[in-house]
Amino acid sequence: MAVIRDMMPAFELFQPATVEDAAALLREHGEQAWVMAGGLDSFDWFKDRVKRPSVVVDLGGVDALKGIESTADGLEIGAMTPLTDVVRHPDIRERYGLLQQAAELVASPQIRNQGTIGGNNSQDTRCWYYRDGWTCYRADGNICYADTPTSMNREHAIFGADRCVAVNPSDTAPALVALDAQMVVQTAGGERLMDAADYFIGPSIDITRMTILEPGDLLTAIRIPSTWAGATFYFEKVRDRQVWDFPLVNVATALRVSGSTIEDARVAVNGVAPYPMRLTAVEDALRGGSRDEATAERAGDLAVRGARALRHNGYKIPLMRNLVKRSIRAEA
Amino acid sequence: MNFLTWGTDPWGQEVLIRISWDLLYVASVLGILFVGAHAVWLAFFVQEEAEAVDEAALAGVPEKVARHSLASRVFHWVMAAAMLALLLTGFLPVIGIQFPWVTIHWVAGVVLTLSVIYHTIHATFWLGLSAMLVGPKDISDAVSRFKRSIGQDAPAPRKHGKYPLENRLYHHAITLTGGLVIVTGILMMFRIDTPLWARDPYIFTDPTWGMIYVVHGLSAVSLVTLVIAHIYFGIRPEKRWITWSMVWGWIDRRHYVEHHDPEQWAARSEGSSGQR
Repeated sequence: MAVIRDMMPAFELFQPATVEDAAALLREHGEQAWVMAGGLDSFDWFKDRVKRPSVVVDLGGVDALKGIESTADGLEIGAMTPLTDVVRHPDIRERYGLLQQAAELVASPQIRNQGTIGGNNSQDTRCWYYRDGWTCYRADGNICYADTPTSMNREHAIFGADRCVAVNPSDTAPALVALDAQMVVQTAGGERLMDAADYFIGPSIDITRMTILEPGDLLTAIRIPSTWAGATFYFEKVRDRQVWDFPLVNVATALRVSGSTIEDARVAVNGVAPYPMRLTAVEDALRGGSRDEATAERAGDLAVRGARALRHNGYKIPLMRNLVKRSIRAEA
Repeated sequence: MNFLTWGTDPWGQEVLIRISWDLLYVASVLGILFVGAHAVWLAFFVQEEAEAVDEAALAGVPEKVARHSLASRVFHWVMAAAMLALLLTGFLPVIGIQFPWVTIHWVAGVVLTLSVIYHTIHATFWLGLSAMLVGPKDISDAVSRFKRSIGQDAPAPRKHGKYPLENRLYHHAITLTGGLVIVTGILMMFRIDTPLWARDPYIFTDPTWGMIYVVHGLSAVSLVTLVIAHIYFGIRPEKRWITWSMVWGWIDRRHYVEHHDPEQWAARSEGSSGQR
């Protein structure tokens, strides 16, 4: 890990009070601007002196980006809503328990008080080679230090790697993908609405970014439709330290079950690829099947088809297989 | 503007990464400036010199003079398609158009490499290399041609052999840049996953990899300029008969007599067994 130096390089700090001002600042400063939500990812970068933006736009004062509102078709969660608020919100607990479970497993209570739902979904990867400031592919270099014969790559990808093998570390991202959530992004061309699954991008598209956000763009809200409200949910996260840690693998599953028949399913996993993976092949196999041990077994096997282990992360394949399996057979 | 991009290796040392992408814009602007300057020069400064065609000579020349065999034409267009695919997949992401480009890029690179190997064998053992050589007389002819084009006195230059001097110089520039981009590209394929061989980023040290990336980048941006110039000449009205010969394989007898020296390039009828 990089040594925390506790002295951040100087930058110009802007603290807008409105979404319009924040968007204007981001457009004005483009690639020079850094968007700061809860600051938990940002301050690591700054104190390690790896990222040195000349402008930081702190969204903490933009009240319009905070809060959870019921809409005609579900919920709208402001991007700056703290994770604790997401966990405690009665509607989320009652109807969208998958998101509540996922958010509750993010880090520690202190971090959930400060961390935001937007930040949790837009955070950068935790690959330590990258975060240590080495000029790897993701840092605009020409090598992946985590994918060499001697690399320490226990936490890295078994799917979706393309030169870079870093993974997405978010817990709430797979839950949002499984809930068919939509991300509201303010761009120079106006507001864009996209599926959560399309918000995250892999290195084959752009090796230096984890999300579709480009300089000047701002994630303003997350909309959760009522499609999966009250469904049967399962979220499980496996991590090294149970107190608080990033996921080695997590799984978010939503099932519509009638009797013992699975009518419809959403299964997403994270920590195994550079983006939260929706397992559409598993969903197709589940649809119309009975919710039993054999179906769960088949889903687990199908989930890891095509997985490719690096030197030290082979354990992720059986881990992911078993998590998917458990998510299907678990009693509601 | 920067020429090179540097990074930091695990030992904290500054290490060469690649060229600066500023050079892509420089190469593009150079290509466009060349095209504009050449078009202005031709339109306003060159005095057209009508080449006298010996009508009697026309009678002894086949109506369609074979210029490029089918094999040569197929090579040219395969190489062109591969080259365009390589430039687009290599540079569109640089200018902000993001898509999964790596697989298309290396597959196009393999196609280019195979086509160039084929062309090298074909040219060496079937076409012969002499038609591509550039000698002192070619230079003096080019100087005479230039002087006459701007109205100065100069001895009449010889007509061309099979290929005008510009074609041969362009071919050599493409051989150099294309050769460099192919060799470095093949080495760079050791850094990505392909079915061809096991990935191994450790076959060279970081500084050596940096040099390989720089040579690849410099060659590639040079190709941007060269391809702009090539397409420009290919679509210029007075050059289109050459371009069409790369499609149909032949030129008409008037263009042959007007531009080519039978001593250096004997006319053969299109479709004859001697076509190469």
